[in-house]
Amino acid sequence: MKRPGLVTALVHVGLVLACVVALYPVLWVVKLALSPAQALTLSVSPFPEAVTLDHFRDVVGATDSQGRWLFGRQLGASVVVSGLTTVVGLSLAVTAAYALSRFRFPGKDAGMQTLLVTQMFPATLMLVPLFSLLQALGLLDSWAGLVLVYSTSSLPFCVWMLKGYFDTIPRELEEAATMDGASPWQTFVKVVLPLARPALAVTALFSFMTAWNEFILAATLINDAGRFTLPVALQQYVGEWKTEWGHFAAGALLVSAPVMALFFALQRFLVGGLTAGAVKG
Amino acid sequence: MRWLAVALALSACADAPAARPLKLWHAYRGGEEQAIERAVARFTEETHVAVEVLSVPYDAFSSKLTSAIPHGAGPDVFIFAHERLRQFHRLKVVAPTTQRLERARYLPSTVEALDVDGELYGYPLSLKTLALFVNTALVTDPPETTDQWLSQLEATSDAERARFGLAYAAGDFYLHAPFVFGFGARLFDDAGRASFDTKGMARSLAFVKALQTRGFMPQEVSGALVKSLFNEGRAAMVISGPWFTGEIDPSVRYRITPLPTVSETGLPLTPFLGVEAALVSSRASRPDDAHRLAEFLSRGEATALRVNPGRQIPAELAAYERPEVVGDEAIAAFRRAAERAVPTPNTLEMAKVWEPMKLALRGVLQGEVSPEAAGALAERRYAALNREQPSGRDRPGATSPWPWLVALAGGLVAFAVRQWRRRGPPVPFARRYPEAARGLAYVAPAAVGIAVLIVVPFSVGISLAFFHHEAGDYTFVGLANFVDILTSKGYRVTEPLSFWFTLAVTIAWTFVNVALHLGIGLGLALLLKDPLLKLRAVYRVVLIVPWAVPNYITALMWKGMFHRQFGAINGLLAALGLEPVSWFTHFSTSFAANVITNTWLGFPFMMVVSLGALQSIPQDLYEAAEVDGASKWTQLRRITLPLLKPALLPSVILGCVWTFNMFNIIYLVSGGEPGGATDILVSEAYRWAFQRNEQYGFAAAYSVLIFFVLLGWTRLTRRLTGPEAA
Repeated sequence: MKRPGLVTALVHVGLVLACVVALYPVLWVVKLALSPAQALTLSVSPFPEAVTLDHFRDVVGATDSQGRWLFGRQLGASVVVSGLTTVVGLSLAVTAAYALSRFRFPGKDAGMQTLLVTQMFPATLMLVPLFSLLQALGLLDSWAGLVLVYSTSSLPFCVWMLKGYFDTIPRELEEAATMDGASPWQTFVKVVLPLARPALAVTALFSFMTAWNEFILAATLINDAGRFTLPVALQQYVGEWKTEWGHFAAGALLVSAPVMALFFALQRFLVGGLTAGAVKG
Repeated sequence: MRWLAVALALSACADAPAARPLKLWHAYRGGEEQAIERAVARFTEETHVAVEVLSVPYDAFSSKLTSAIPHGAGPDVFIFAHERLRQFHRLKVVAPTTQRLERARYLPSTVEALDVDGELYGYPLSLKTLALFVNTALVTDPPETTDQWLSQLEATSDAERARFGLAYAAGDFYLHAPFVFGFGARLFDDAGRASFDTKGMARSLAFVKALQTRGFMPQEVSGALVKSLFNEGRAAMVISGPWFTGEIDPSVRYRITPLPTVSETGLPLTPFLGVEAALVSSRASRPDDAHRLAEFLSRGEATALRVNPGRQIPAELAAYERPEVVGDEAIAAFRRAAERAVPTPNTLEMAKVWEPMKLALRGVLQGEVSPEAAGALAERRYAALNREQPSGRDRPGATSPWPWLVALAGGLVAFAVRQWRRRGPPVPFARRYPEAARGLAYVAPAAVGIAVLIVVPFSVGISLAFFHHEAGDYTFVGLANFVDILTSKGYRVTEPLSFWFTLAVTIAWTFVNVALHLGIGLGLALLLKDPLLKLRAVYRVVLIVPWAVPNYITALMWKGMFHRQFGAINGLLAALGLEPVSWFTHFSTSFAANVITNTWLGFPFMMVVSLGALQSIPQDLYEAAEVDGASKWTQLRRITLPLLKPALLPSVILGCVWTFNMFNIIYLVSGGEPGGATDILVSEAYRWAFQRNEQYGFAAAYSVLIFFVLLGWTRLTRRLTGPEAA
């Protein structure tokens, strides 16, 4: 199927245009982060006229009055909270999704319905009751509280996705494993999970992002600047009277960079992982 | 060094009567933050009471305080502006200082600001008000009266050359208030109710409108524009507050003076006075220490630190005798300005004034409503926001929740019985569900998590929908909130505030976005489908970048790009020879700005899903079609699209639900402008909950309706598309 040259050229033009649109706003942030000014300035070019690393230096070098290195601690907090959220969220989601895909039990259909329905709750209004609940559980001002909330809030999507993927894995493989004397748990861990790698990667990425990007709950629940997550620190550059655009942009790039890196690392799984489940139809 | 610190800490602990440090929360940044931290360190040195200081992002501060303090999990002392004092007082989170505060030490107006029903709360730290910044190279004598001012403005303005006599954020009611009072209007009548439809109000609006139409000041001024115009010498005068001194370029010579007097009325332009105070929590663990800390921050050495490096205008009188303050012109000027200012009323009524005034002000400046009619417009918005507690007396059964609970329980039982009966002939449980035990065990952890952390808080949230909330008190009102929302009580159905209008906007928003996401995503996926395409991997990587950027960053970034004067989009339009667009002053452009932002953010997801779905279509179908002589277009219509449908449908449904509730974009990009017209249901609910005097019950009723709309919608699509959808 050789395409004529003109068509290929048009395809490339279309894609390049799309890429420009996708990148332009990001370059604009890069420019803000690298320009010496702290404010917006009018210009169309996404490339900075003068380059300075001052904003990055300020953001990364931030310390508090006791000389604690805030950025380092907050980065650590973000990594710990997001990492744990991924682990907890994924373990909960994997088992639930597997059960929903393979076993029959009462309440299964209702369960699948509930998952979709939970996505319809407007989350912004849950702050007040959630606070009381976490206090009752003794989890205020702790990472554990954040991890629990984040991992449950990403659960419905993860379960939904993983169940779809598990549905596409032929049951014969598990039956063969059982014949060979594997226990149900061994079958699950040794046979099914390795086959579901793409979907696991995607759900892990999703859980991680949920935790990595959230700031309202983190700012409300945590009472120590050294244990804030990075988005909270970023939010501090947006003030009542003025926004420190340079710092905000530099911080935004630093916060986004790890997520982008993960995206690129996992992108070969993205396509298969997201869709395979749904294709079954 | 480290050991020394530990030893010091230990000795401090030994001296202090209690080990737990006091907690102090504030939202300061930069110099002000440094000042507070150094003042606290001095306090600890003197008293050996340890203090933990926390700087909270401004946007999260008030919600953090109102959730934490009533639970006893908040700070002992916190710094806040006095406007919110009455709300804090009603929530019972602040302790009175009437007996402790030495009034004579502070500027009288700053003490007056802390008065709630005859009791004082907190210790005044600093004040904020508005004054006139005059570039002395352009205007030699600051104006005394508005007549003098107008002639100076005329002389210094040249709209053709983009030079203006004046620049200030005119669309903000805080900056318009001086004109309202200067033209003799009263914001509140004797009963304490706000009144907008007055002569003075109309005259103040006409005056400001004339400043704009005569070319004395630019249109749609934002803080960023004020700063750049003043620093480039293109604005001779600026109205702003103490925070502006830090923004001025060192090369600009300027003076700060009180605002001029209105020639027609003889009254000065009177700005609001805001007082920042150290407030002591009513739940402070050691009240005496907490009061000592708060008072310490308001006096002596701490004041000196707040003046320098904090650059605050101090409330303490003694500070004005210090040599470094006497020589500081800016501080002296703001003190003079403060003498003319009126403390912002700390009443609950005041909190309801901002939104109607913003509506009226922007309407006038954008020429959509005349200055005479604007008061009535504000009045109507005010009446709509100012919901009285729905009276339960005239509705039977609306005074106690019990009959409702009994009815609900009865309904549930009846539903369960009906479900059970519909099951048909009984099948033994073990045969019906052979793996029930294992299945349930696998599901249990996730189910418990979802039940406890999502379903429980939401049920609590939902039950609030049957209550009216006012400053900490909940009253059961039955279905009154729902009735008010659905009948759009107090405003016409076609107004932005009405549920039906917002619902229509939300549906349009969801539909347009999902269609664009799907169209663009699928289109790009089709372009990228060919595995032999050169640079395919590069394109794919670049095109998912928008997905990887956190969405609140996306929102703020696009908000900046849509900026009237400094945005890249208007820059591009200008480069193409087109007129710049004021994105957020018209419904259509404002809506478009939101859609553009959300489309940028959402197309990669659909692209990736479509790519996967395309790969799953067996290649031999195309080969067969090719053999039969089907054109590319026929192949797309007859093979690709039908086979994509089942794969894309779940993503489309999920996408609809997400877009329907996409709060961040609406809230951060258009902010509902103009006049709340682009708000969607979720952002409207948020406003009722957090920006209109905490009407939690009304907001909860909104959430319940959102929930039912979505539930109904997914049911409908399921019926239309068959079982594969969900």
